[in-house]
Amino acid sequence: MSESAPTSGNGNGKAKGKLAIYWAASCGGCEISILGIDTKILDVAAAFDLVMCPCIADGKVRDIEKMADGEIDVCLFNGGIRTSEQEYMARLLRQKSKCLIAFGSCATEGCIPGLGNLHNRQEIFDNSYTSETHSTENPDNVRPQAVTEVPEGKLHLPIFYDTLKTLDQTVDVDYYLPGCPPESPRIWEAIEVLLSGNLPAKGATIGENTTVCDYCPRTRKNKKIKEFKRTWEVIPDDETCLLEQGLICAGLATRAGCGALCPQVNSPCIGCYGPNEGVEDYGARFLSALASVIDSEDPDEIDEIISKGIPDPIGTFYRFSLAGSLMRRGKRPAPAATSQ
Amino acid sequence: MAEKIGVYVCHCGSNIAGKVDVEEIAQWAGENLDDVAVSRDYKFMCSSLGQQMIEDDIKKEKLTRVVVGACSPHLHEKTFRRACSNAGMNPYLMDLTNIREHCSWVHKDRSLATEKARALISAAVQRVKHQEPLEPMYVDVNPATLVIGGGIAGLQATLELADAGYHVYLVERLPSIGGHMAQFDKTFPTLDCSACILTPKMSEAGQHENVTLLTYAELEEVSGSVGSFKVKIRQKSRCVDYDACTGCGICVEKCPRKVLDTEFEAGMGNRKAIYMPFPQAVPRVPVIDQDSCIWFERQKCRACEKLCPTDAIKFDQEDELIDIEVGNIIIATGWKPFDSKKIPQYGYGRLANVYTSMEFERLCNAAGPTNGKIVMRDGKTVPKSIAIVHCVGSRDDRHNPYCSGICCMAALKFGHLVLEKTDAEVYSFYIDMRTNQKNYEEFYQRLLGEGMRFVRGKVSEVTDAARMPTEQGKLIVQCEDTLIGRQQRYPVDMVILMGALEPQEDARELGLKCGISCSMEGWYTERHPKLDPVATMTDGVFVAGTCQGPKDIPASVAQGAAAAARVAGMITKGKVMIEPIVASINEQACSGCKICNNMCPYNAIEFIEETETSRVITALCKGCGTCVAACPAGVITGAHFNNKQIFAEIEGALWDALQPAAESSSQAETVPASAS
Repeated sequence: MSESAPTSGNGNGKAKGKLAIYWAASCGGCEISILGIDTKILDVAAAFDLVMCPCIADGKVRDIEKMADGEIDVCLFNGGIRTSEQEYMARLLRQKSKCLIAFGSCATEGCIPGLGNLHNRQEIFDNSYTSETHSTENPDNVRPQAVTEVPEGKLHLPIFYDTLKTLDQTVDVDYYLPGCPPESPRIWEAIEVLLSGNLPAKGATIGENTTVCDYCPRTRKNKKIKEFKRTWEVIPDDETCLLEQGLICAGLATRAGCGALCPQVNSPCIGCYGPNEGVEDYGARFLSALASVIDSEDPDEIDEIISKGIPDPIGTFYRFSLAGSLMRRGKRPAPAATSQ
Repeated sequence: MAEKIGVYVCHCGSNIAGKVDVEEIAQWAGENLDDVAVSRDYKFMCSSLGQQMIEDDIKKEKLTRVVVGACSPHLHEKTFRRACSNAGMNPYLMDLTNIREHCSWVHKDRSLATEKARALISAAVQRVKHQEPLEPMYVDVNPATLVIGGGIAGLQATLELADAGYHVYLVERLPSIGGHMAQFDKTFPTLDCSACILTPKMSEAGQHENVTLLTYAELEEVSGSVGSFKVKIRQKSRCVDYDACTGCGICVEKCPRKVLDTEFEAGMGNRKAIYMPFPQAVPRVPVIDQDSCIWFERQKCRACEKLCPTDAIKFDQEDELIDIEVGNIIIATGWKPFDSKKIPQYGYGRLANVYTSMEFERLCNAAGPTNGKIVMRDGKTVPKSIAIVHCVGSRDDRHNPYCSGICCMAALKFGHLVLEKTDAEVYSFYIDMRTNQKNYEEFYQRLLGEGMRFVRGKVSEVTDAARMPTEQGKLIVQCEDTLIGRQQRYPVDMVILMGALEPQEDARELGLKCGISCSMEGWYTERHPKLDPVATMTDGVFVAGTCQGPKDIPASVAQGAAAAARVAGMITKGKVMIEPIVASINEQACSGCKICNNMCPYNAIEFIEETETSRVITALCKGCGTCVAACPAGVITGAHFNNKQIFAEIEGALWDALQPAAESSSQAETVPASAS
């Protein structure tokens, strides 16, 4: 993609570039963070025409469909792919964009919606529409249908997939911008990179190549842990490494970019910036690092330390990265066992 | 650039070919795997003809990579690397995949084993493409050697090396060298006086110009690797000036505090608070037992200090850390006796006249607490009947599954000594008599002739609860005599429990310090149980004697000498090759989280305070990969085992699963047409 960098609109009065921002299975936090670049948004507006951003601006799918392939210079795509509509939009925007950026944790690694992959569609629907959760009131057992016949004709809803996929599991992606959400200053830096035309190699993550610890002011001495503690169990001192105090802080496994915001306010890192450069599987990395600092040789004691201190392993190690991890569903579709 | 790969599948006679269709696999690899230029099978790849075949192909076919499917890399990785090297290829561009131990030997079904071998070959072919040429490194071998443990095995190793002209540091935890052998009266089957054959070796080691004796000292820390180990020894405080002491013994004589000697006398006799374990101790420098000394207890006495003619007593002496550098390490830390209290039904500790074998050794030792008179706990009554119980804690799943090897012979020796010194009847309660070394069976026959009685059966209980008048005041040994198939009760005066030999309590800890591993029980693991019995998986660290497993004195001595020969070989060679398979840290990306620093079993990772990053000291790294796996940021790379290579290997192994299946790119197809 590098030959087609969006250099057209860097404020020299030339033709502006075209920018699209889209959301799929995500929360909207990415858009908020984009707006967080504050007055720099004017620089963005000077450089780009915003052709689509469902959260902030108007813009119709049919207008995008009418565009020529590659007409959009940059598309910031946040959210994972959970429905047929999202898949359609991902494919459409891929086709129309010179440069497609997986923006934020959901698009790059699945994030919280990706935890749905612990279940299938059937289970998710059961839980959402018929279970005894307090917020569910559905006496007629109504379920979303792809096609519903009503007197006026047929109504269509997007198909809800069994599995949430990341953007690059669905379409070809040019760059990645991690974070839940990406921090505003990092977004601006990324935009500057794009405007400069000095683009990294395709497939690169635009960000740092070190971890949160590098920015954490706490002192690190000796990592030997006899007991993992949960955040409500202790008030940590604000000098020592949180992990050394027994709190499961993911800073050592998590890409830098946030400036170690959480550890600086006594809250352990939860890993929203994803794996460091070159790490294939965030959870496995973090897990093996933690396993190696448990201070015991006795299997029973180790079991005890783990079961007491880490009651939710998936939530601890794969909170953000389950969908994008090596632990995804099998490569071949399972035999048609689930039917709704 | 596409690689040209040669694939060589070995039959290993019928070892592999018996379970794996090697011809078919070789053909399949040649036809189906990308970049494979040559693929052959051969009866014995490791033979000179097999190696020649590889060498010729590399030259003729201009191969850039080689995959050999044969046995374990432990056995022949070096062989095939050499073959590649001979043909001008970097040896690290060869991959040996194990289709014998990992495949043909462990599977029964021929077709499944063949499929597994196919996957392994495919994995190796994918992996080898990503392997990188590496250059081995060489280091000088420091001619000094550390021997840990001053028992007979360690002594033998020490003297062999010292006599060959090499310097040895002999470290012993106790105040004197000599080990368990110093406690024995006689040795089987020759009935040599143990002290008579041991003490000359002890004093030789004590006086040898090439031996630095460090007794009452323990290994604190080992760093470095083969050729250049750096070792920290903790010289425990003796409270005695080693150089000033002449060993006159006045201090011991005048010390008013007597304590039970649980070490050398196995609790059968006393020693003083300042003591030499036994009269022939080497060195003849006493130590003060600070837990018992009156001065340390309540700041009174100082009798020894006042009376010492050379002012050698130093109450304020502190532990000293001694740094030494050696090229090789021989571990000969021996064994510890089984705690017979763990089998309460045998009554040890509860019934006075139940003895452990070490107690009995002291009891019949001419230099022991009774001057060799075999008497009961009251100190005067000579027993009229003695039962010797074999396999106490050995060959018993509740304690140790293994046979301790020496107890049958030690029991026969006891039997002989009792029959020689008393009129007592001696019963041996055995499961199987194990007398399979030179002159051992003859000794057994001799004892049969001398009138020792043998009952084949495992003792179920030793009790003092009499059921019949004849049992009054006796210890009753309850046992099924399996030769007549009947439960029998044997009233005796004294019972000797032949306790198992067990690994030292801290064997694992010491092993960890030296980078070697233990078996489940805690015996050190040798490199190969048959062909390399004194080497370990860590180059430059050797084991000798009972720390590797129960054995008798001749075998311990043989191992001591063997380990010394191996070390002498290393020293003579002068240089040692170090595998270039090491880890490296991308210091730019390292955040200095300090996860890896404690992990390294070889202390090869240093933390640099200025940059707050960690760095691998290449000369110390053994390439084990612990840090690579532990690094949460993924910035440590293991040469020869990097992500690219490993993922390629995994994908190769899953070659059939990765075959292009029926197109199923869109999720929509998997969604049922109708919902609910």
